[in-house]
Order: sequence, then structure tokens, then C-alpha cells
Amino acid sequence: MSFDFAVILAKAPQILAGLGVTILIWVAGTLLAAILGFLVATARRYGGRLADLVLSVPVEVIRGTPFLVQIFLLYFGGPYIGLRLDPIAAGLLGLTIYGAAYYAEIFRAGFQSVPPGHSEAADCVGLTRMQTILHVQLPEMALLVLPPSMNMAVILLKETALLSLITVPEMTMTVQAIGSQQYAFVESIVVLALVYWALVELANFLGRLAERRLSTYSA
Amino acid sequence: MTQPAISVRNVSKRFGDTLVLKDINLEVPRGQVSCLIGPSGSGKSTLLRCMAFLEEASAGMIEIEGEALGFSEKDGKRRRQTAAELRRTRSKIGMVFQQFNLWPHMTALGNVSMALRRVRGLGRKEAEARAMAQLVKVGLEARAGHYPSQLSGGQQQRVAIARALALEPTIMLFDEPTSALDPELTGEVLNVMRALADEGMTMVVVTHEIGFAASVGNNVCFLDHGQLLFHDTPETVFAAPRHPRLEQFLDTYLDRGAQMLR
Repeated sequence: MSFDFAVILAKAPQILAGLGVTILIWVAGTLLAAILGFLVATARRYGGRLADLVLSVPVEVIRGTPFLVQIFLLYFGGPYIGLRLDPIAAGLLGLTIYGAAYYAEIFRAGFQSVPPGHSEAADCVGLTRMQTILHVQLPEMALLVLPPSMNMAVILLKETALLSLITVPEMTMTVQAIGSQQYAFVESIVVLALVYWALVELANFLGRLAERRLSTYSA
Repeated sequence: MTQPAISVRNVSKRFGDTLVLKDINLEVPRGQVSCLIGPSGSGKSTLLRCMAFLEEASAGMIEIEGEALGFSEKDGKRRRQTAAELRRTRSKIGMVFQQFNLWPHMTALGNVSMALRRVRGLGRKEAEARAMAQLVKVGLEARAGHYPSQLSGGQQQRVAIARALALEPTIMLFDEPTSALDPELTGEVLNVMRALADEGMTMVVVTHEIGFAASVGNNVCFLDHGQLLFHDTPETVFAAPRHPRLEQFLDTYLDRGAQMLR
């Protein structure tokens, strides 16, 4: 038995299309998850005790259940409550919600890392709560939340592979289909692994670049 | 009699079961330097923080130039002010903290110009020009482009003073402004404060610098265990301390070489 990558590589255009869907869902999902997570963390911190309590429930449920179970519930269970989504929309929404729960915790830790005195100083010169969050707290926590945020982005990239199970035409589904058509199952999996790994390394590189830019002011 | 800069009426503050301020009454006169002294835990910082509404008094009222701060009283009911009302009253106050609390991601100029841009809505150029004028005042124009981490403690505190002055408050509050500094750096900060006092700025200073209180202060308030024990001119307070608790407190400073005060 010998490996034959040629049959996989001959399908490069299809693989690239799948890669495109993967990158689209990953980048859009991660950005939306980070924004939603930040809003949740902000609401939990400044929205009063009730908002904190109410929002803690979805965050705990999402962090406490497998991603696969969540997307099955969303895609196959959604229609029972009138939520009919095509696979890509369901995948993007699922990834956003899943990621947001983790980003909410990352930003919660971020808020805690900013010394209260720095916000008090902002209050005393008359900045509004929103201005303090945007111009003081968010930039101050940036360096601290960047590594866990990039780590989360990498995890989300790898979770997108599960979206093949709700028929999202992303890379895993595409490559697996090619593999079974061509009777080159193992080869297809190896190619898949390499592409994911390359994407992860690219993300890590960008993360380190951002870290270096942000650390100009720290002694 | 002219209206006081700050009037504190029947203010109490509790943290849980501990009463840290007990029914404080105090009028801070305009254009004078009032020093709050007392042992650690006496409530002097808490009282100052109440004057900036960084702590909410549990009872009583504080007025800044005749305007209620933080709470308004209507038909005998105490109502918390809206954020906008609070900001308006607070705009008369500049606050300087023991730990400086500069924003580390901004240069000295960025720290001082922030409120000019975001609160006053000035353009970058004008905000920075005005901020630079404040930095000149504290002698740090050459450090405008430095981040806080690149400045000494004394320089950071002077930037913090410039930041508090940027919006031209009429009252400056100082919470132990030199306590986090090396002894040789306290002088530069005290000099800036002395210059500010000479300009006639109303100042309330929580301090352990008895020498500063004696030489620059117009009034000295002595707090102990949450009570304002008395309030008098520094000459009276330091030259002839009649109160046993104050005498005991000042003795700890005499041990540290402050004999010249007596």
C-alpha cells in the first residue's frame, strides 16, 4: 500500500473552495464571538446584579456542553421553534454563540485586570462610562486578553471541522468527500491536518505581531 | 459669609458593620488649603473620596459650591443623581491619587489631553496645546511624549496633577499624593502643590507630610476613628496641641525629626 497524494491534489480547486468557507466562517464567527462576548462581559459588569445573574446562565450552559451537541440542537432542533437556517448560517451562528461564551470570560478577566483607580481617574475627569470602557479599560486590558483571545481563535478554527456534520460545505466535508470518492481516505485526512496546522501557525504569527505592537508602552 | 467650596453635612459612611466616618461636619473655605491628617484608618481618605463621590456616603450630604454631589434631596428623600448630573457637579473637582492612576497606554500628553478631547470635545491640536500648557506648569514639557512606565514616581504624580488641572477645576483634592514616593521625590510634588496654593487654588489634601500641612495649610483637620476631632489653623493645632490624641499622633512625627514644628 502506498500513499498517493496526487489524486487529492488534483482536486485542489474544490479544496480551496472548502478552505474559503472554513476561513469565512472562522474569521466572521471569531470576530462576532469576540464582539458579543465583550458586550456580555460589559453587561455583566455594569448592568447590575440581575443582568450578571441572568447572563451567567447561557455562558455556563454553553461552556458546559459540547459544541457538536450545540450545533445539532441549533440545526436539527431549530426548526421546532421556527428557526430554519441553511447550514452555513447555522454554522456561523453556532460558532459565534459558542465562542462568545468563552470571550465573555476572557473579557471578564480583562476588566478585572484594570486597576479600579484607573477608572476612577476617568470618572473624575468626566469621561462617561462608555468612554472609559473604550478609551481606558479596553486598551489597557488588550495586552492581557490578546493571548487567550488568539488561543480561543485557534480553538474555534478547529471546531469548524465539526460543521461538516451539519453539512456545511467547509474544508473537512470537502476533503473527506474527495477522499472517499478517490479511495484515498488517509491521504485526505493528512492533507486536512496540514492545512489546519498551517492556518493555526498563521494565526499564531499574527497574534505575536499584534502582541509586539501593543507592548510598546509596557516597561 | 461667602459660600464654602465644599460643605460636608452629617456625613457618615459604613463599610459593612464598620462605621468609618461618624457624622462629619466640615466646611472647606474657598481659596485655602485644608489638610486632613490623622492616623491610618482614621477615615481621612474615605472622607476625601466622598468629596469626589468615589465613595458614596451612607448618610448626610456633600455640596460642591452649593450644588449637591451624588445625591439630591427632594421632599426629605435622598435620590441618587444621574450620571450626567454627577459629571456636572464633579467637573468642579480635580482629583489626585496616591497611586497616580495614570493610564499606562497613553503618553503624558495623552493622559493630560484625554478629557480635553473626549469631554470638552476639542480637536487634537488644541487639546494637546492646552495639555502642554499644563505640563509646562508642572515642569514636565520635556517628558510629554513619555509613557508613565518611563517616568519616575514624582514625575508620574506631576503628570497626574496636570491631568486633574486640564479641565480647570476650582477645587483640587489630593489623596496622600506623596505617600507612594521615595522621600527624595516628594519635594518636587510638594513644590508643584505649593505653587498651586500660591495661585489661590482651593485644595483639600490628605497627607502625612506634617511639614507641608504646617507650612502651606490654612486649616488642619484632625480625624481619628472616623471622627473629626477638631479643625483649626496649623499654628493652633501644631504649636499647642491640647487634645491628648493629637499630641500622641504628633509625637510619632517628633520621633522622626520634625521637632522644628514645635
